[in-house]
Amino acid sequence: MSGSPSTRATAGLSRGVHPPDRKSPTAEAPIEVLPTPAKVLIPLLQHTGAPAAAQVKPKQDVELGELLAEPDGFISAGVHASVRGKTARASVATLPNGRHVAAVPITSADEQPLAGTALYADVLGGDWAADTANIEGRDPQDIADAVRDAGIVGLGGAAFPSHVKLARNDSKPIDTLLVNGCECEPYLTADHRIMVEAAPAVVAGARLAARANGAERIVIAIEDNKPAAVEAVRAACGERSRAACGERSRASGAAPGVTVAVLRTRYPQGGEKQAVQVALGREVPNGGLPLDVGVVVLNVGTSAAIARAVLRGKPLTHRVVTVTGAGVAEPKNLLVPVGTPYRALLDACGQLTRDAVRVVAGGPMMGFALGDLDTPVTKGTSGVVALTACDLPRPAQTACIRCGRCVDVCPMNLVPTKIATAARNRDWDLARRYEMLACIECGCCAYACPARIPLAQLIRMGKAELPRE
Amino acid sequence: MLDVLIALAPVAAMGVYVFGWYAVKQIGVCVLSCLAAEAIFTAMRRRRATLGDLSAVVTGAILAFSLPATCPIYVAVIASFAAIGLGKVVFGGLGGNVFNPAMVGRAFAMLAFTKQLAAQAYVDAGAGVHALTQATPLTAHEAGGPVASLADLFWGTTNGCVGETSAIACLVGGLYLCLRRTASWELPAAAIATVAVIAGGINLANPAAEWTVLHHLLGGALLLGAFFIITDPVSTPLTRKGKLLYGVGFGALVMLIRTLSNYPEGVMFSVLLMNAVTPLINRWTIPAPLGGRQASG
Repeated sequence: MSGSPSTRATAGLSRGVHPPDRKSPTAEAPIEVLPTPAKVLIPLLQHTGAPAAAQVKPKQDVELGELLAEPDGFISAGVHASVRGKTARASVATLPNGRHVAAVPITSADEQPLAGTALYADVLGGDWAADTANIEGRDPQDIADAVRDAGIVGLGGAAFPSHVKLARNDSKPIDTLLVNGCECEPYLTADHRIMVEAAPAVVAGARLAARANGAERIVIAIEDNKPAAVEAVRAACGERSRAACGERSRASGAAPGVTVAVLRTRYPQGGEKQAVQVALGREVPNGGLPLDVGVVVLNVGTSAAIARAVLRGKPLTHRVVTVTGAGVAEPKNLLVPVGTPYRALLDACGQLTRDAVRVVAGGPMMGFALGDLDTPVTKGTSGVVALTACDLPRPAQTACIRCGRCVDVCPMNLVPTKIATAARNRDWDLARRYEMLACIECGCCAYACPARIPLAQLIRMGKAELPRE
Repeated sequence: MLDVLIALAPVAAMGVYVFGWYAVKQIGVCVLSCLAAEAIFTAMRRRRATLGDLSAVVTGAILAFSLPATCPIYVAVIASFAAIGLGKVVFGGLGGNVFNPAMVGRAFAMLAFTKQLAAQAYVDAGAGVHALTQATPLTAHEAGGPVASLADLFWGTTNGCVGETSAIACLVGGLYLCLRRTASWELPAAAIATVAVIAGGINLANPAAEWTVLHHLLGGALLLGAFFIITDPVSTPLTRKGKLLYGVGFGALVMLIRTLSNYPEGVMFSVLLMNAVTPLINRWTIPAPLGGRQASG
């Protein structure tokens, strides 16, 4: 452990695919603050679980960060005003996945309490180290409560309420906190920029989360196509991690050691189960959670949001979104209020180019094509990718010749062609026998299929249609 | 499919080198008949013609390679129509077929035209081509006749089906297919290893035999079958374990037929039998997903 630690990968996913990463247009672009949009539309269900229950009336003045809707049950998350302004009559937002959910529109006030550089400093900037001195003295329950009150959910995409992961669990003790900075989706650089620009916040959030749920060690997993992020996070762990890593000297109650695991770039390594498999060598049971093997996984952005919530008392109102693709004039990483329409993001990036034909919410592998640019950004939105006709070659679909490429690439070790056929024929017995529900919808099978069969889409539809037993 | 045709080129070249015009005629007739059959049958089903996927060309080429050079034109045409019609189109076209179409065509011809495809039919004493004046190596062996030299088997200067004689051509084309990942290496590897092991066992039991392990490996249609016929993805299992099982089963059946039956060679029957059990192998080898099976499964 002498000299500067290398940024060379120590492990990597063996299955999966390696699409061109296309991150270069925004990888070096510092996060910019989006000017406050004139209107936002804030969905009350942006997370996995029960929708939040609205607490505001129409035409009510709301302050930035004011609670709009409170969590309804344990697996739910509150929603806060992302701008200062006046609410309108509750309406319905159509999310990119096609779900219709109740939403609160807010017309922004002319004067905003936080904007521009002040907003950036409040969310990501400033000194985090000073605040982290006494983490071990904090009460674990206070941390979990602060996270719940801030409405924090997983910012990697699945949007699972984070306070659930921070609860102490006596029946299934947590020994490891895995902070996921893989960002394996092509194009996206939001997590990368957060690690480069706000590594101390990421590390502080991880320490707080570990304090809350009792994890004994923290592993931060980053793919080797982001050496700048590896350097920044290593620097943020700094002296303290090396001291804490001295296994022999670790007394009970000492701060958990933080290590950075550099992984060979491979899609879908950032998938929760894949990240646990590669970085920790543990297999999450089929149908289970990382919790079942003593692990909690947090995205790096979530970790930074936890730090802000606990140390600064601020709810989750903004997030970083990568706006990129050949279909936008000036690709950028933007810090935007939750509820901002996608159109405002594209406008801030020089609008769509003439040849843009499709706008995808999320990454190109797992994202959804948008039908309406007025769809709001949610807490789980990590990027917007505008694609041109050249990005979308559509050779005609041909028959499956059972070549088995999909089987070779499936990171879950499934037989995608069989599951897709079962889904297409609504043969649910066959779908169950081939473990359709274990599919993580990463899209590797459709990417690899030489016959251009939309395997992942068929399976996704099948999972939605599968009758409950 | 283009990759398969590229890989078949050395086999075709050796066929033409050894059998001359007989091979050119055989390949031409089979490929054109298969294309015609595909066009006619897809038109009958009122589907768009799928000639562009080249699968009919591959079927025709493989069929031609598995017929004797002396096989009459009408037999080749009928075999081609049986291959495409009974082997593929009745199952719903490419991807739906249970059996390897070329082998269906050959089996049909073999049963319908017993005389024209019998061992004696390979020999045409009046032919201007040297190879055709002798019995095929496996037939000679079956009859207790002279043992072919390994060099002849390796280069292919013996009698036999158009594409089976040259081991080197099959190896070159087959390795290309495996390197391009168009063919799964598991299939030929398991098949060849199985034949080697069984033949090795027989050799050990009877050390004086002149027909050695290498004769078994290089002679007959084993390499043509292992690299080009059983690697047809449609009629073989999907998973690695399934492919290995299939290869082992194929190799064992080939050796069983070669050593214990009245037929000198068993590649065709082995392929068809293994095709028939492929759905079963697929059922046995459903892989456990990451994190194990669901309790209900």
